[in-house]
Amino acid sequence: MIRPVLAAAAGLLLAGSAYAADFSLLNVSYDPTRELYAEFNKAFAAAWQKETGKSVEVKQSHGGSGSQARAVIDGLQADIVTLALAYDIDAVAAKGLIAPDWQKRLPLNASPYTSTIVFLVRKGNPKGIRDWDDLVKKGVEVITPNPKTSGGARWNYLAAWGYAEKKLGSADKARQFVAELFKHVPVLDTGARGSTVTFVERGVGDVLLAWENEAFLAQREFGKDKFEIVAPPLSILAEPPVTIVDKVADKKGTRAVAEAYLKYWYSREGQEIAARNSYRPRDSEIAKEYEKSFAKVELFTIDEAFGGWTRAQKEHFAEGGIFDQIYKN
Amino acid sequence: MSEQALSHQPRDDVHTEPGAIRFVIVALAVLFLLVFVVLPLVVVFASAFSRGISAYFTALGQPEALAAIKLTLLIAAISVSLNLVFGVIAAWAIAKFDFAGKTFLISLIDLPFSVSPVISGLVFVLLFGAQGFFGPWLQAHDVRILFAVPGIALATIFVTFPFVARALIPLMQEQGTQEEEAAISLGASGLQTFFRVTLPNIKWGLLYGVLLCNARAMGEFGAVSVVSGHIRGETNTMPLLVEILYNEYQFVASFAIASLLAMLALITLLAKTILERRLDERQVPSDH
Repeated sequence: MIRPVLAAAAGLLLAGSAYAADFSLLNVSYDPTRELYAEFNKAFAAAWQKETGKSVEVKQSHGGSGSQARAVIDGLQADIVTLALAYDIDAVAAKGLIAPDWQKRLPLNASPYTSTIVFLVRKGNPKGIRDWDDLVKKGVEVITPNPKTSGGARWNYLAAWGYAEKKLGSADKARQFVAELFKHVPVLDTGARGSTVTFVERGVGDVLLAWENEAFLAQREFGKDKFEIVAPPLSILAEPPVTIVDKVADKKGTRAVAEAYLKYWYSREGQEIAARNSYRPRDSEIAKEYEKSFAKVELFTIDEAFGGWTRAQKEHFAEGGIFDQIYKN
Repeated sequence: MSEQALSHQPRDDVHTEPGAIRFVIVALAVLFLLVFVVLPLVVVFASAFSRGISAYFTALGQPEALAAIKLTLLIAAISVSLNLVFGVIAAWAIAKFDFAGKTFLISLIDLPFSVSPVISGLVFVLLFGAQGFFGPWLQAHDVRILFAVPGIALATIFVTFPFVARALIPLMQEQGTQEEEAAISLGASGLQTFFRVTLPNIKWGLLYGVLLCNARAMGEFGAVSVVSGHIRGETNTMPLLVEILYNEYQFVASFAIASLLAMLALITLLAKTILERRLDERQVPSDH
C-alpha cells in the first residue's frame, strides 16, 4: 500500500523541479500589488534576458503588509521586499536582515511608485460623499481594514487624521474626528483586499476607503456602472517602498539581479507599468502622459504631517496607542 | 458496536409524540441539511461552471493551479503514509500492551484535535522559524523547513496524526490479543503474525482512518497557511489557492479548485459509508 504512494510522491517531486531559470528571485509583497507585479515581473524578465542573455524567474508572495514582514523575519527567503509602508521594512531591518539606511539606497525614499487614499462609492453616489467630513454624516457606513494588521488601513487612518488636523486646526479635534469616523465602521477586515471584497462582493457599507489603485482595479473588474471613485480634495501621499533583503540576496548570490530588478522600476518601462496599473508614476514625463488617469488631489506626506513612520507608528498604532484608545470607546 | 446499534433502534411503542410533531422534527432536520450542506455544494459547482466547461478546465490547467494540486497530492501522500505507520504503531502499543503512561499517550494522540490549527502552525514557526528554537542552527546549515515543503508536511502531519490511531485503537482493543498469541504459539514470527493475523483483522478500520486522514490532509487551511509563506506556484496548497484566487476576483478559477476539494469530500463520504458497512459486517461474527 505504501510503495505506490511513495512512487507517486517521487514522481511529483521530479516533475516539480523540471523547470529552472538561471536566477530565481522571491518578491514578498503586500496584497493589492498582485496584478502590478504580474505585469512587471514579465517585463523585467524579458528586459534582463535581452541585456544579459540569462533567464530570471520572479516568484511572488502576497499578504497583509505586516504579516509579510513577519514572515520574512521568520525566515521566508525573500530577495526583495515591496511592502505597503516603510515601517514594515524597518521591522525587518531591525532584525539585521536589511541595512539600516535602506531607504536611502534608491531615489525618492525607495518608493518608485506612489498612490493615495480615495473613496469608492456605489453608483450615483447615493450618500453624496465628496470629502472626508461626509464620512461621519449620519447613516454613512465606512469600510476600512484594521490598522493593526493592514498597511493600507494605516494610510487610510493617517489620511483622515491629516485632513482633520489641517481642517479643524488641532490634534485634539483630529482625534475626535477619527474616533467618530471609526464609529461608522461596521467591520474591520485584516487586509485591504478583504475590505474591498466586503464592500464590492458582499455589498456592505456606503463607502470604501481604499488605495487609489485598488479602487481603480475594483472598478475595472466589476464595471463603472456599479462603482464610482471619489477623490477627496486633500489626501495623503502613500509611498510603498521597495528594497533588497541583503542577508538573503547575498547568501543566494542574487544581489546583482535583484538590484537590476529594483532599478527597472525607475526606467521608462517600469514607470509606465506602474501608471497602467493605476499607481502614480514618479517620472514627470510619464506622469504627464497619464495625467488624465489620476484626479488632482492635494497630497501631504507622512514626514510633513506625522514626522515619519516610526513616530506615527508609535503614537497611533502601537499597543495602547491612539487607535487602541479610540477604538475601545 | 452492532449490539449498541440495536439498542438504539427506535421502537414505536416508546414514542408518545403525535405524528405531526415527528413530521416537523424530520422536516426541520432535512431543511437544515439542505440549507447548510446541499446549498453550499450546489453554489460551489454552479459558480465553477458559471462560464462554461471550457473556462472550468482552463482554470484548472493554469500553472499555479497545477502546482497547487501537485503540492496538495504530495503533502497528502507524505502525511498519510507517515501517519499510517505511526498510527498503526501507536494503536498497536496502546491496544495490545499495558505500560505506564498509557493514558497520557492516548491524550497526547488526541492533542491535535483540541488545538486550533493556527496554533498548530505557529508551533512550527516557533520551532523552525529564523527567530525560533532551531532557527539559527537550520540557517547555519542552510536547511529550509519553514515556508517550504517540509514545513507544510510537518504541520499537516501534526493536524492529521490522530485519525489513523483513533480509528484503530477501539478496534484493536476489542479484538484482544488471543489470535496473535495463538499465531505465535504455533511458531509464527512477530512480523508474520503482524502481516497474517493483525493486519487482515484491522484492514477496514485502517482504510477508514487513512480516508479521514487524507481528507483532512488535503483540506487543511489554517495550519498550512501559517507555515506556507504563500509563494505562488511553490508553496500554495489547493485550499490556500482557493482563497487567493477569490481575493483576485478570479471567481471561476477559485470555485473550480474548490469544486475539486468538494468532489474529494463527496468521494470520501461515499467511501466512508461503504467502509462503515464493511466494519459493521465484519464485527457481527466476532461479537462474543
